[in-house]
Amino acid sequence: MIADATSRADMRLDPEAGRASPVLPFGVLVAVLLLIPALDLSRSTLTLLNHCGIAMVFALSYNMLLGKAGMLSFGHAVYFGLAGFFCLHLLGWIGEGGAFGSFPVFFLPVAGFAVGALAGAVIGWPSCRRSGTPFAMISLGVAELVAALAYMFDSAFGGEMGVSGDRMVGPELLGLSLGPVQEVYWFVAFWTVAGCAGMHAFSRTPLGRLSEAARDNAQRVQYVGYDPARVRYLVFIFAGAFAGMAGGMAAVQDEIITIDALSLAPSGAILIATFVGGVRHFWGPVLGAVLMTWMESNLSDYSEAWLLYLGVAFILVVIYAPEGLAGAVAGAWRLARSADRARMAPVLALRLAGAGCMTAALVVTVEAAMRWSSGHGETFAPLGVPLPHDAPATWIAAVVPAAAGLALLRRARRIEETRT
Amino acid sequence: MDVIVFALLNGTIYGLLLFMMSSGLTLIFSMMGVLNFAHASFYMLGAYLAYTVAEASTFWAALFLAPVLVGLLGMAVERWGLRKVHANGHVAELLFTFGLVYVIDELVKIVWGRTAVNYRVPEELNFPLMTLFGADFPAYRAFILVVAAAMLGALWFILNRTRAGTVIRAALVEPDMVGCLGHNVPAIFMSVFGIGCALAGLAGVIGGNTFITDPAMAAQMGPIVFVVVVLGGLGSLAGAFMAAMLIGYLQTAAISIDWSMADIFAAAGVTEATEFGRISVASLSTAIPFLLLVLVLIARPSGLMGARES
Amino acid sequence: MTCKAWTLAAGLALGAAGHACADIKLGYLDTLSGPTGGVGEATLTTFQLAVDRINAAGGVAGEPFALEVYDGKGKPDEVLVQFQKAIDDGVRHFLLANGSSLVAALVDALNKYNARNPGEEALLINYGASATELTEENCSFWHFRFTPHAGMAVNALTDYVVKQGFGKVYVIGQDYVWGRNVADAAVSQLAEKAPGIEIVGNELHPVNKVKDFTPYVQKIISAGADVVITGNWGQDMTLLVKSAADSGATMPFLTVFGGSIGTVAALGDAAVGQLYYVSEGNSNMEISAEQKALVDAYEARFPDYDYTYHRNVLALKMLKAAIETAGSADAIPVAKALEGMTFDDEFGPVEMRADDHQLLQNLYVNTVAKGLAYTADKTDLGWTLAEGGAVSKDRAALPTTCEMKRPE
Repeated sequence: MIADATSRADMRLDPEAGRASPVLPFGVLVAVLLLIPALDLSRSTLTLLNHCGIAMVFALSYNMLLGKAGMLSFGHAVYFGLAGFFCLHLLGWIGEGGAFGSFPVFFLPVAGFAVGALAGAVIGWPSCRRSGTPFAMISLGVAELVAALAYMFDSAFGGEMGVSGDRMVGPELLGLSLGPVQEVYWFVAFWTVAGCAGMHAFSRTPLGRLSEAARDNAQRVQYVGYDPARVRYLVFIFAGAFAGMAGGMAAVQDEIITIDALSLAPSGAILIATFVGGVRHFWGPVLGAVLMTWMESNLSDYSEAWLLYLGVAFILVVIYAPEGLAGAVAGAWRLARSADRARMAPVLALRLAGAGCMTAALVVTVEAAMRWSSGHGETFAPLGVPLPHDAPATWIAAVVPAAAGLALLRRARRIEETRT
Repeated sequence: MDVIVFALLNGTIYGLLLFMMSSGLTLIFSMMGVLNFAHASFYMLGAYLAYTVAEASTFWAALFLAPVLVGLLGMAVERWGLRKVHANGHVAELLFTFGLVYVIDELVKIVWGRTAVNYRVPEELNFPLMTLFGADFPAYRAFILVVAAAMLGALWFILNRTRAGTVIRAALVEPDMVGCLGHNVPAIFMSVFGIGCALAGLAGVIGGNTFITDPAMAAQMGPIVFVVVVLGGLGSLAGAFMAAMLIGYLQTAAISIDWSMADIFAAAGVTEATEFGRISVASLSTAIPFLLLVLVLIARPSGLMGARES
Repeated sequence: MTCKAWTLAAGLALGAAGHACADIKLGYLDTLSGPTGGVGEATLTTFQLAVDRINAAGGVAGEPFALEVYDGKGKPDEVLVQFQKAIDDGVRHFLLANGSSLVAALVDALNKYNARNPGEEALLINYGASATELTEENCSFWHFRFTPHAGMAVNALTDYVVKQGFGKVYVIGQDYVWGRNVADAAVSQLAEKAPGIEIVGNELHPVNKVKDFTPYVQKIISAGADVVITGNWGQDMTLLVKSAADSGATMPFLTVFGGSIGTVAALGDAAVGQLYYVSEGNSNMEISAEQKALVDAYEARFPDYDYTYHRNVLALKMLKAAIETAGSADAIPVAKALEGMTFDDEFGPVEMRADDHQLLQNLYVNTVAKGLAYTADKTDLGWTLAEGGAVSKDRAALPTTCEMKRPE
């Protein structure tokens, strides 16, 4: 049931997907990464960017399963987390000197990669024999089991406190002490590019291609002499490995990991980020990861009700942009180059205006309600206009834009329908 | 002796509660294929609505009204939300329900506040029914037994003895064929989703005052309901019932056992001095359902009594 | 010029002496969203009131406190992101409590940050995380705890057990570091204080996963326990006590966190005479007119919450005194001024022990009763001092093994 979740959308395979040259997007990525330090950003922005880079690698690794191989997993954070724990212990061993003393911290993600692959190989061996719903549910069970077991072994997982380490140990490489966040930025940037390139290359290998084939039609794959379960297993190992690489990056950036990192919640979060970005496009998860990381860390600065907005945003994305942001961007790009663009421009403008009105109505309603319920005695006052929950002005400010937005959207749909 | 009686009694009640929580999901998940992560949120809504209705009138009105309200809400969600997403596949539906979790949870906080509400067991049922080995057996627990049994019976009757039930059961196995036979499949889906949510709401009415009614109650229910549904087998209400009871008994039994790994594996030289040796069977009790789920699905992907794999 | 630039410039020019920002920014990092956001709200409102009152009375040496709120979302990595954000905003005094794991993560980050950014140090006021190791093996110069740690809280509870002459004690807790901390402390302290007391059960259960505590309660009843000691928090604490009441078990439950918001509402009448918890005081004790005005002001302004977090007010009062003594809001002089500081609080004298940065204070074992002036959770029940529940500051204190590393 779940296997055909992605394959149904796949009937409309993007004709450009196969031909798109990787040079341009990779060039843009590298150029952006090189330009960012020149902007002289604050440490918090750099920290956020580092988290974005980690999430990008993690989301891409998840999409190896969800998008490419059609495997819905609820336990991908297990590989991220296990690798993260190992890497933090490794940091400790490096600090102690001895056999690991000469291991450069810069190469920690390589260790994470290996641990992720190992974990994927062990856990994937029984679970990859199944696909679809049983696979998804096994992954859910595994995630809960691993988290439950982790709480019992304090020496490995540090109990509630987690495991922490110091990244300024071992031999320095490329003159990076990895102390200040500016230097960690270079570390994360390097591994983000390496991870993206690695996973892009993987998608071009026979195994990568085969995984897409097994997603679309497992029976056919079997006819031509491959075992779909084996293909799934191999892809699973690689996906675990790249997740582990992201875990290694996170170990250096945060210098701490707790058991929460391998539980169900981050697994769900990465599923959301990947899907919101768009599973059909290689770069979709990258977009999703950046957006979700930003929203998670910054939306709360603007509103107490940020989770509500997040929920509404998910719902809207699934309803109106089922191919994710990447799909929406690609659609807009296609429209801009098509002959239709003059005809569609007013529709688009109406839609944007309508969406703007609806957003305003939503914000007024939620913020006024939130202030009323939290009981701090504050009043919602956008642009200096106080809007208490019991004032008629508030109701007008909520209802009028909602009605206007609805009318605009309806009008846009009518125009579109009459013209096609 | 008392250990066995308590384990059986508590296992039965816990199993029935689990079944109440997951029966709605069995319908929704196995029929529509929707991994409804918002199921627990509907459960929470049931508890909160029951609290409000019970404050305004009586618990008995709430017992009836709250599930109906939750069911209507569920139907609205299906009609104006889920249905639009359906064509985009099951992962899209799943994500839709993820979004719904945030929306419902935040709305509950806005409407009912951020801390627990004082939703109590009705006075009529707030007395010890009997005393067993020194511990009271509250009447409300017996009431849970009755409600769960009534719900199970009603579901069985509707599914097996009515025309609507026949259509639903047919749609569970062959949705396309049912559509071809001229039944309004979207309408069936909407009512199934509504009934499923109403069942979650009913579980909330009962669970809300047995446990705690606070904004965290949905998150705390966690993925256990999925375990029950999948373990029992998709499309099988009987399977879900068996899985719920099995988990109920196993967990309760594990709690009653005072062994640690050191006792069990003493022959292998495991001692209390090691981390592994200190793990007690009781502390493993909540991991048991998930272990069971993984093992069963590896051996038998259709679950204990499921008719099909996906 | 921004506040941060000011501090930087002043630090560079004068060697970090003496300049405080126009505002003294306090960075609140606790959880405000998600299922458990309500607890963060309750502690935040207490800080808001304390800040407003201090500012209204002239501020800190003429400069106001500014409470900057960041939602840590209850996740260690998110707390670190918000921490970094706050540092960039010029915050040098942090407030965090709900979750020892979060506090441990922040302490670890502070140690590294302060070592890597000399001249821009920051410190943390912990007003609730009670894992013992934060002032023991993981103690830090930058961390100040204004709440009793697990050992101290249990010390007060075991004192109460001995005073009341209970014979059979059942210890139950959550199966992780914290639960084991509490259980070990209870068992060893009881063995020392009254060897005659029998521990009839010592049980650990999974954290936040148990829905039905009846089987555990039946074990407690079968063991014939006179009293139960538990370090449980959140739903594990509420459900345990609720289950006990439903099963007709009448023995007292001595808890560390029974006073959390929502507990009394969730338990209702079942809490009366059954639920006990240890705190720095409660509003139904004999309080001064000034304290009464404070509590009334709080309850009038934030009707959704009760005045529970007195320690927040105390912590800010002591921070203010420390900044004034140090003549600077910079972290190192303020930390040095806080070390060993004594203060006359509403509920008795307190001392911030220099050895481990643990606040020593009188502790009180409270229980739930009806007909009190200040009620809890909008019910008709409230917290009152249990008979013989007062434990003096010196009696509540425990020795420390912390080896504090101080900056030169």
